[in-house]
Amino acid sequence: MMKRTLLIAAAVLGLSAPAFAAGETPVPPQLKWSFQGPFGTFDRAQVQRGFKVYREVCASCHSLNYVAFRNLSQPGGPEFSEAQVRALAAEYKIQDGPNEAGDMFERAGRPADRFPSPFPNENAAASANGGKAPPDLSLMAKARTYERGFPWWITDVFRQYSENGADYLVALLNGYHEAPQGFTVPEGGHYNEYYPGHVIAMPKPLSDGQVEYPKNEAGQPQAPETVDQYARDVTAFLTWTAEPHLEARKRLGFQVILFLIVLAGLLYFTKKKIWARVGGEVEGHATPPMTHNP
Amino acid sequence: MSQHSTTYVPKSAFGQWFESRLPIAGLIHSSFIAFPVPRNLTYFWTFGAILAFMLVAQIVTGVFLAMYYTPNAGMAFQSVEHIMRDVQYGWLIRYLHANGASMFFVAVYIHIFRNFYYGSYKAPREVLYILGVIIFLLMMATAFMGYVLPWGQMSFWGATVITNLFSAIPLVGETIVSYLWGGYSVGNPTLNRFFSLHYLLPFMIAGVVALHIWALHVPGQNNPTGIPIKSGKDAVPFTPYATIKDIFAVVVFLIFFAYWVFYMPNYLGHADNYIPANPAVTPAHIVPEWYFLPFYAILRAIPDKLGGVIAMGAAIVIWCFMPWLDTSKVRSTAYRPLYKQFFWVFVGVCLVLGWLGSRPAEGWYVIASQICTVYYFAHFLIVLPVLGFVERPLPLPNSILESVMGVQKGGAGMPAGANAEPQSKG
Repeated sequence: MMKRTLLIAAAVLGLSAPAFAAGETPVPPQLKWSFQGPFGTFDRAQVQRGFKVYREVCASCHSLNYVAFRNLSQPGGPEFSEAQVRALAAEYKIQDGPNEAGDMFERAGRPADRFPSPFPNENAAASANGGKAPPDLSLMAKARTYERGFPWWITDVFRQYSENGADYLVALLNGYHEAPQGFTVPEGGHYNEYYPGHVIAMPKPLSDGQVEYPKNEAGQPQAPETVDQYARDVTAFLTWTAEPHLEARKRLGFQVILFLIVLAGLLYFTKKKIWARVGGEVEGHATPPMTHNP
Repeated sequence: MSQHSTTYVPKSAFGQWFESRLPIAGLIHSSFIAFPVPRNLTYFWTFGAILAFMLVAQIVTGVFLAMYYTPNAGMAFQSVEHIMRDVQYGWLIRYLHANGASMFFVAVYIHIFRNFYYGSYKAPREVLYILGVIIFLLMMATAFMGYVLPWGQMSFWGATVITNLFSAIPLVGETIVSYLWGGYSVGNPTLNRFFSLHYLLPFMIAGVVALHIWALHVPGQNNPTGIPIKSGKDAVPFTPYATIKDIFAVVVFLIFFAYWVFYMPNYLGHADNYIPANPAVTPAHIVPEWYFLPFYAILRAIPDKLGGVIAMGAAIVIWCFMPWLDTSKVRSTAYRPLYKQFFWVFVGVCLVLGWLGSRPAEGWYVIASQICTVYYFAHFLIVLPVLGFVERPLPLPNSILESVMGVQKGGAGMPAGANAEPQSKG
């Protein structure tokens, strides 16, 4: 018996050992987000900091094609002032044209412009980045997820867990480590604990102190200038870019559901009253076996 | 249907003039007002109304989406994002439409399994039932093509996998696939024709729904006892009794629908579909929408491609033979103690198949899929025919009224004169 147990244990270890060497992808930790739950809203300061991280770090390689400058001042996002957005847009050079002479020309950005891409086209992006174009970040927080598994995919519905993408992004940005013993990272790749397969083309993008955060009254940065904080802030920003109407959606949802519950209640009593005319509502069938004799 | 219309007499002179030329008011009156409804229907019988509502909701939201959507491989994804970001309440319309498809299937599966449980498919409702199966097939085609339209990764690769299935058909398979694609692979022509068909099929569904309702109004509705209406006291007029119950049920269903739309709008989709379609990159797992998963599991359970396609098709076509495969004289499972157990095992097998459809086709998942597939077909080909002979059903009540109220009591029921019995008593 003992021998058999040992054999099974050896078999299990034998099976799991290569899996461990290849590195099982760990499950990203679930973080607290201001935008989770039925009343979630974006933390303005956090989304503004996240935008700063995007602009100073990510934007050198990643486009944000679906976001226009004007979006930054819309309600439910970073909510910069319109003047701030105009000034920000003017810092960008936008290619426009053709003009009356048929020439393309550059002009200062306007709020209605979308964020210009860091590369003129996908091929240029790929050739500058080791053969693979860095993906657009507009929808990144909705375009990534991780396996939840049973029974969590059921409980997620009830606790409204839909921050899978955000949790994955923070884990990924924090997931750059030395490759474990025996793991060879191919040329041009980088080891990342949370990336499927662990070899990611993107080098570690963030380091402590890299982005300067706005100061509070005491002259201290309003949030720690650490990789983890940068990762959370830029992820909050990207969650907004992926779902710019998230706040309006949740707000309207509460009103709609409240209305429907009241309406359902009124209809229920109306129905009761109507059915009372025929002696009340009766449903289904008597529990068999039937009693035929009165 | 025409029999009922005799009870309708228009009050106004214009009404009488019009009715003698186009008796549509009489048709509506007989179908949705005076129509006798068994008085013991449970909420499982409200899903017909819920489905009718969902069909209209999908068509209305879809028409608005089509005003902004661009069916072009280079612009489709972008146009969907335009709807989500820039169109006033575009996000709401799109989430209603995308989650509405799932809600449509939630409701239709409840509707179908209610029909299985209470034997609604049996004589005299076979044609009504087969029309329902046709609606379900049209729904599947519509939902599949709709999921292709955003032109994300799962759209593209889902379309590639599913259209490729047709190539398994001998001789004409390759030709069919190239007609579906409009070329040699899934591309812009595919998207164009899918958009066209996605707009067309819902109206075909609406047409078959009209036939489905028409066929329903000949024998009348089944009910939890499975025994037909025998006297006016067994029934109540459709309006206001069934109408108010249906409206209440639709609103409760809307609460459920709204929860998904406003709080979990992307849960029922795939993250990969927020990545634009890329023919050069295959997603790690190509998985269909949840409502196709049991059939997908059956497809993959068969190691042979053609065999898998046949099994998947047969899994639905076999429903059409249920009225004849089921040999039991008793409709309602409430009076079939043995079948009741097999029914719930069958429900369990369908759910397990759904889960297996979401797993990669490897290892013991394949074996489990094969066992469940065999059981799925055995339910129709062995359990249904054999049980009718070996099972001893419980005694049936004498009437609907007796079953729910006891023998002495009895409410008003159908008003005198309006208690037109359904024409046939199965």
